[in-house]
Amino acid sequence: MTEPLLAVTDLKVSFGGVPAVRGADLEVLPGERVAVVGQSGSGKSTTAHAIIGLLPGSGRVTGGTIRWRGEDITHAGEKRLRHLRGREIGLVPQDPMSNLNPVSRVGRQVAETLVVHGMCGRREAPKRAIELLGQAGLPEPGRRARQFPHEFSGGMRQRALIAIGLACRPDLLIADEPTSALDVTVQRQILDQLDALTRELGTALLLVTHDLGLAAERADRVVVMSEGEVVEAGSARRVLTEPRHSYTRRLVAAAPSLSVSRSPGPSGNHRAARVGENVLEVSHVSKEYRIRGRGGLLRAVDDVSFTIGRGRTTAIVGESGSGKTTTARMVLGLVSATSGAIRLDGEEVVGLRGARLRAARKAMQPVFQDPYASLDPMWTVERLIGEPLRTFGIGDRAARRAKVAELLEQVALPALLAQRYPNELSGGQRQRVAIARALALGPRLVVCDEAVSALDVLVQDQILKLLTSLQEELGLSYLFISHDLAVVRSLAHDVLVMREGRVVEQGPVADVFASPGDPYTRQLLDSIPGATVFSGHS
Amino acid sequence: MTAIVETPPLARVRGRALRKLWRNPMGVVGGALVLIVVAAGVLAPVLAPYSPTEVHFSTPFQQPGTIGFALGTDDLGRDILSRVLYGTRASLQVGALSVLVASIVGVPLGLLAGYWRWLDSLISRLAELMLAFPFLVLAVGLAAINGGGLANAAFALGIAQVPVMLRVVRAETLRLKETDFVLAAHSMHAGPWRILGQHILPNAVSVIIVQATVIMPTAVIGEALLSFLGLGIQPPAPSLGIMLSDAQQYLFRTAWPATFPGIALALICLGFNLFGDALRDALDPKTGS
Repeated sequence: MTEPLLAVTDLKVSFGGVPAVRGADLEVLPGERVAVVGQSGSGKSTTAHAIIGLLPGSGRVTGGTIRWRGEDITHAGEKRLRHLRGREIGLVPQDPMSNLNPVSRVGRQVAETLVVHGMCGRREAPKRAIELLGQAGLPEPGRRARQFPHEFSGGMRQRALIAIGLACRPDLLIADEPTSALDVTVQRQILDQLDALTRELGTALLLVTHDLGLAAERADRVVVMSEGEVVEAGSARRVLTEPRHSYTRRLVAAAPSLSVSRSPGPSGNHRAARVGENVLEVSHVSKEYRIRGRGGLLRAVDDVSFTIGRGRTTAIVGESGSGKTTTARMVLGLVSATSGAIRLDGEEVVGLRGARLRAARKAMQPVFQDPYASLDPMWTVERLIGEPLRTFGIGDRAARRAKVAELLEQVALPALLAQRYPNELSGGQRQRVAIARALALGPRLVVCDEAVSALDVLVQDQILKLLTSLQEELGLSYLFISHDLAVVRSLAHDVLVMREGRVVEQGPVADVFASPGDPYTRQLLDSIPGATVFSGHS
Repeated sequence: MTAIVETPPLARVRGRALRKLWRNPMGVVGGALVLIVVAAGVLAPVLAPYSPTEVHFSTPFQQPGTIGFALGTDDLGRDILSRVLYGTRASLQVGALSVLVASIVGVPLGLLAGYWRWLDSLISRLAELMLAFPFLVLAVGLAAINGGGLANAAFALGIAQVPVMLRVVRAETLRLKETDFVLAAHSMHAGPWRILGQHILPNAVSVIIVQATVIMPTAVIGEALLSFLGLGIQPPAPSLGIMLSDAQQYLFRTAWPATFPGIALALICLGFNLFGDALRDALDPKTGS
């Protein structure tokens, strides 16, 4: 048996007395790729940071040992750690936007790492830096090395960070959610690059991620963490196909990207759909923005048409900048369309004012992405859910209170939450409050703008189930905006794929996903992490 | 219905700001100073052994510690302790009044400027015009036009602080206007007044309070300066500025009549500044945990 490169035994970490990690065991063999999976707050990032002695703030290791090639580095001094970091253990951080120095050229930042760790002299460092950037898959590395971080896209920055992480040929690379801030197609390219590079150099990889599908696809072994403890560890395939711990089982069942074999999906049961009855008809809608200073026009949305049937869900998928959110805001009347028609129940919405806009708004309500931002932090839950009732002058105080209680029940929240403030609720509870608020006026159409993207997998699954059951109960129609194809597949009937403001493909979900006609759609579908893991299994 | 199996609700966070304030030594010291100073001002009629204007021609220039005159007397034999207490009271009155004036004028204008772009260009240009004059020059000018007196001084200092309050509220409105909860309110067909009054103003209260603690010491010093120049509170009414001005003539004979009002002034400003800083840190979700 080979000596493990890294062995973490019974690691305990506390933040000012509050335990964050309570007994984590972890082993990485040379050249092995291990994924640590868990929800936010599970202690996965804390464990990774403890290994390289970079615990933030009041974080302290309170127990257990971390051994690096047999050497105990649990309480190693700063000098030893500094040598360890970068030279022996590389790190690719989560957020590519804030981890590069904005006032220093990218090439210089790579070269600096080399010089600091004595990998090469000042003279040859710039040349070596360009080589490294090229290896990390950055096109035209010579020219790019002279640029500043703000001239880089998110994906390019992450490549630069990978180049820095691997600059000194470390034996282990810790990648902390390396792609969660990036678009799916970019995500895939970055991960492929990371894969190829670590394989080529024989570097072991410790991948920290919340995405079980991604972990399964990229790692040899998966370690599942929950509430500061390792609940399960084993080969990726074994953990996914025969999860032993109940938490892992729930995680596997909830992961939308793994749900291919889970359910026939809503596309399989057309019961709610009565053909020909459209709640929303959008035809040839465009939105142009004037670019300030240059006099040019930006077509954020270009000639988009679709319909949503009663009790049905139409999804718009696309990456950031594809115009999907602008489309949703035009439907809601929050952004005015430059041209085209949007009809709600046969009535034109574009350009409506006064009482008729009021009536249209009563029929459609939004649920936004970030439940932390979409609820006024100064208001109680009761007041938040009752707000639309008040603005529309519906009912008196007592009637509104009763309605709020009813809505809370509808979204499965306990009535005693009514007097709480949003910051006293969890992310999932907040999103339920946002849904209850959207339902208050009895709308026919609910526009969900990335409504589940900010939530952990298990919570996301619950919210999706809630949305589905509300649709069945109330005959709601959804316009569902998402960048996550896996989520769309499990919820929507019809789908539009948007890119750079245009619709590249649209049709029933089953058709589009089974036989994508457009190469971009195919690329998006291939980018779903973990999609291939089960292809042989199901 | 789906069962609720999710992360437990976050610990109760209300009162977190207060707890944070309490843990910050600067905040505790500042809060204590503010409390002492305010108590001294409010209780001046009870605490002061003499009337601040009562003269004792037989005992001018007494040293501090003299029996009957704990902090000594000035050139006219007036009790310095009594005058400092009443002077503090006047300073705080002017400070509070000017904060009130700055808020009553500045907050609504800031909200309007932040919410409506077309109004912004008008209001902000006016504010910039006012900022172009150093605020003391402005206050001196206004006091000269309106005459002296506590109310006029407070009004002049308050008006001079309007642009500062306006800009802070405008910036906060600009930020809050783009938040998702305001967007959600729009899609509920909430009108601009409802959004401004019920969403934006309550969320801006913390920055308004912090700004008030910044304006307060500025106004207190401003009052002392105006009174020193004879444009603020008129003698024989007590004011820290007047005391300094009077004491200045006899500075070489005895420094005590100038020392105590100076200390009082410093303590008032230090207290509000420390407290305001700590309050800002406590209310800012971005600092600390």
